[in-house]
Amino acid sequence: MEREVQRVRQAFLSGRSRSLRFRLQQLEALRRMVQEREKDILAAIAADLCKSEFNAYSQEVITVLGEIDFMLENLPEWVTAKPVKKNLLTMLDEAYIQPQPLGVVLIIGAWNYPFVLTIQPLIGAIAAGNAVIIKPSELSENTAKIVAKLLPQYLDQDLYIVINGGVEETTELLKQRFDHVFYTGNTAVGKIVMEAAAKHLTPVTLELGGKSPCYVDKDCDLDIVCRRITWGKYMNCGQTCIAPDYILCEASLQSQIVWKIKETVKEFYGENIKESPDYERIINLRHFKRILSLLEGQKIAFGGETDEATRYIAPTVLTDVDPKTKVMQEEIFGPILPIVPVKNVDEAIDFINEREKPLALYVFSHNHKLIKRMIDETSSGGVTGNDVIMHFMLNSLPFGGVGSSGMGAYHGKHSFDTFSHQRPCLLKSLKREGANKLRYPPNSQSKVDWGKFFLLKRFNKEKFGLLLLTFLGIVAAVLVKAGYY
Amino acid sequence: MNSGTSVCHSSSQTPPIWALIQGRGDHPSKGTREHWKRIDPFQDTLRRLREAFKSGRTRSAEFRAAQLQGLGRFLQENKQLLQDALAQDLHKSAFEADVSEIITTQNEVDYALKNLQAWMKDEPGSTNLFMKLDSVFIRKEPFGLVLIIAPWNYPVNLVLVPLVGALAAGNCVVLKPSEISQGTEKVVAEVLPRYLDQSCFAVVLGGPQETGQLLEHKFDYIFFTGSPRVGKIVMTAAAKHLTPVTLELGGKNPCYVDDSCDPQTVANRVAWFRYFNAGQTCVAPDYVLCSPEMQERLLPALQSTITRFYGDDPQSSPNLGRIINQKQFQRLRALLGCGHVAIGGQSDESDCYIAPTVLVDVQETEPVMQEEIFGPILPIVNVRSVDEAIEFINRREKPLALYAFSNSSQVVNQMLERTSSGGFAGNDGFLYVSLLSVPLGGVGHSGMGRYHGKFTFDTFSHHRTCLLAPSGLEKLKEIRYPPYTDWNQQLLRWGMGPKSCTLL
Repeated sequence: MEREVQRVRQAFLSGRSRSLRFRLQQLEALRRMVQEREKDILAAIAADLCKSEFNAYSQEVITVLGEIDFMLENLPEWVTAKPVKKNLLTMLDEAYIQPQPLGVVLIIGAWNYPFVLTIQPLIGAIAAGNAVIIKPSELSENTAKIVAKLLPQYLDQDLYIVINGGVEETTELLKQRFDHVFYTGNTAVGKIVMEAAAKHLTPVTLELGGKSPCYVDKDCDLDIVCRRITWGKYMNCGQTCIAPDYILCEASLQSQIVWKIKETVKEFYGENIKESPDYERIINLRHFKRILSLLEGQKIAFGGETDEATRYIAPTVLTDVDPKTKVMQEEIFGPILPIVPVKNVDEAIDFINEREKPLALYVFSHNHKLIKRMIDETSSGGVTGNDVIMHFMLNSLPFGGVGSSGMGAYHGKHSFDTFSHQRPCLLKSLKREGANKLRYPPNSQSKVDWGKFFLLKRFNKEKFGLLLLTFLGIVAAVLVKAGYY
Repeated sequence: MNSGTSVCHSSSQTPPIWALIQGRGDHPSKGTREHWKRIDPFQDTLRRLREAFKSGRTRSAEFRAAQLQGLGRFLQENKQLLQDALAQDLHKSAFEADVSEIITTQNEVDYALKNLQAWMKDEPGSTNLFMKLDSVFIRKEPFGLVLIIAPWNYPVNLVLVPLVGALAAGNCVVLKPSEISQGTEKVVAEVLPRYLDQSCFAVVLGGPQETGQLLEHKFDYIFFTGSPRVGKIVMTAAAKHLTPVTLELGGKNPCYVDDSCDPQTVANRVAWFRYFNAGQTCVAPDYVLCSPEMQERLLPALQSTITRFYGDDPQSSPNLGRIINQKQFQRLRALLGCGHVAIGGQSDESDCYIAPTVLVDVQETEPVMQEEIFGPILPIVNVRSVDEAIEFINRREKPLALYAFSNSSQVVNQMLERTSSGGFAGNDGFLYVSLLSVPLGGVGHSGMGRYHGKFTFDTFSHHRTCLLAPSGLEKLKEIRYPPYTDWNQQLLRWGMGPKSCTLL
């Protein structure tokens, strides 16, 4: 393991990954890989999650292609140094912020969207000029294998490598030193990753999870609301970090919600859900059993059918759920939707705030004031109002958690920023040393006053600033003439 | 989100955090963890602050502005007190106190007050075709209860500048000033709280033990300035609660001097930044890299500069600081034995005084080249070319700052492009730290995260992406629902696709 990491580090130290041209080339190669080998990639994802090729495409591949194109278009601008506002003390100098690569980045992927959750961070790391070690989740075996097979065929083989393996290999990997660790997964392992990173003072981005609440107000169009919730909840068989985990609503709405979701499920997946090509399966037996155990003692409004042989769990809704029960204690990550009745929005807000900050928060209402209040009085990674999931799709906006749902963010420029060091640079000339005499000891009160003058003003467009600039220009000219330099 | 990538976690008996901070991780601790838990002095304070945060008191712009104004008044009304404390702690001259601590902090307060409304505003975002009709923005939210741990070398600046951002961002703050700079610690603990709303702000005091105890609690953000060794301990403690951190650490900041330079100019600039605050600055040039020829020219120039700055007897100069305490003094005095003393080398234990010193013939393996000096000692290491200098620098940990002196912009650019460091300055020292538009932060062992100006506000805020979809217009969303017909699939691919925006 150490040798592999060393090899990648040497590749980075060669400086190859830094030029804009190289980065663009690699991103273009990645794009070609996704387009040329689409079938193989979709087949792998389909095999892991019993996902239709269309779903695999629309949920994963399209996001990857979108991200690559966004990078290709914007990277030339992002890599350039950005000048910054100067103060009077530095007005004759060059001051800017130069983005630079961090070095060797470790990306640990997740199994629920095994392709996009590994490749999208990779895109950002490449764009920022780093070398990358990718560790796909071993639970989504087929995707892990295809990624390991395809990447070396299209990308630089020393700069970007895939290491596959289970718990042991990952633990070994985490002992090595990286310049950034990007982890997508659960809270418990997130802590272990951060602790391992702390030993090397390695910064981390942790995309974790939690129970994303979904508040349904009585003032809303329940038909539309239930369609949207159904779509977001049961996609990928509920195995989505930002799926609406549970519903909070007034008790009077429960039966309507149940009915409408039931109808929508029928519409989406047909009478015989098992036969629908658009309905996925649980990733493995362990999770299957875990999710099953959440049903114990619950009032199943509809659904609840399971088939262990195929790891099938039907879209299920639970009503009158007791917040103290197991299904409300852990992130469900499955096709079970509990409804927890609350008296009103005040109670809903208290309920949400008593718990860990979730990765996403959803609120459905015609009343914009109510939505605003929900946002103002709670915290979460992100929010979608009157829909679900969609804030994930915006590559111009940061996607990340807060509190136990994670730290850091990515997507688009935020990926580039995550994987870069933004280095401030101030370039002076060796001339005009006379001007510096002001700051050198021995000191006096007049120097303090001048010091204040120079530091407290900022070089800006204000009229006064211009006058000052003219005055100082004259002073500088005089100094030069007087033979200081 | 559950991940299949689980990891073996060996539950070892780790010593309590405070023992680690003291460097006593391997020795049996004086008191057990359980013992300290029972007499936790912070529980009540932290609970109080958390409740205050929950009440929403810190959220309004008016409240935050009032806190910042209070901070501004604290600086203005207690200037003499602060100068006296700094003089007591570090023999800091009024000039240095003003320029590097009081004015800097005042600047930050004013800047934050001026820009608070703008910073707090939701930032609008752009969307793709399917979301053109939605409202998209980034909401800046306070994290909640934040902890700021400050060091002793710039005890006003490094405790208050982070505080500015934390307050501006709407957090409740626990401040832990350094117990080593006792004069300033007293002012911060006794006077500062009178200017702020004490239901949302607290100063906690103590040494490694108390800090360790404090770190066992959960915070929503931890901002630490100090050494890499303690930085690791802080981050490890933060990991247990998944608390994000900013670590402003340190390292050995190299200062490369090209043969093309005028030695006197270089000597002026390097000496000023090296001996400022008696060398106790995280971004000070730590050592010089230059050719033997340049060294020959630099030494007399440095001597001339030092005499001009501090007189023939630097110990009697009011402009030279002192070492903070005996422990640091002893450490630095030991370093004087490395290589040969070319300039200075005097010391006075009773005064914690170390003369502005330059060392030559220094080996890489000697202690003065192994640890961050943090004192008025400047070793010169010889290199034959800029390539050799770059190699030397890259063999070591990434520093907080890197300096390159040359008349050739090519050389300066080479240094810039082929190395990495928190910040970089060409032909000068850490002047860039005075620019509010430029972030101060490390990379690698010199730290993570950054602050100053708006960057502090951003550091202490959670950037929350918000998307407000219209509740109608369901027809547009229909195509994303199963079952997926061929027509559906085509349209979705096109609509979500990357090229669709350009068509519009």
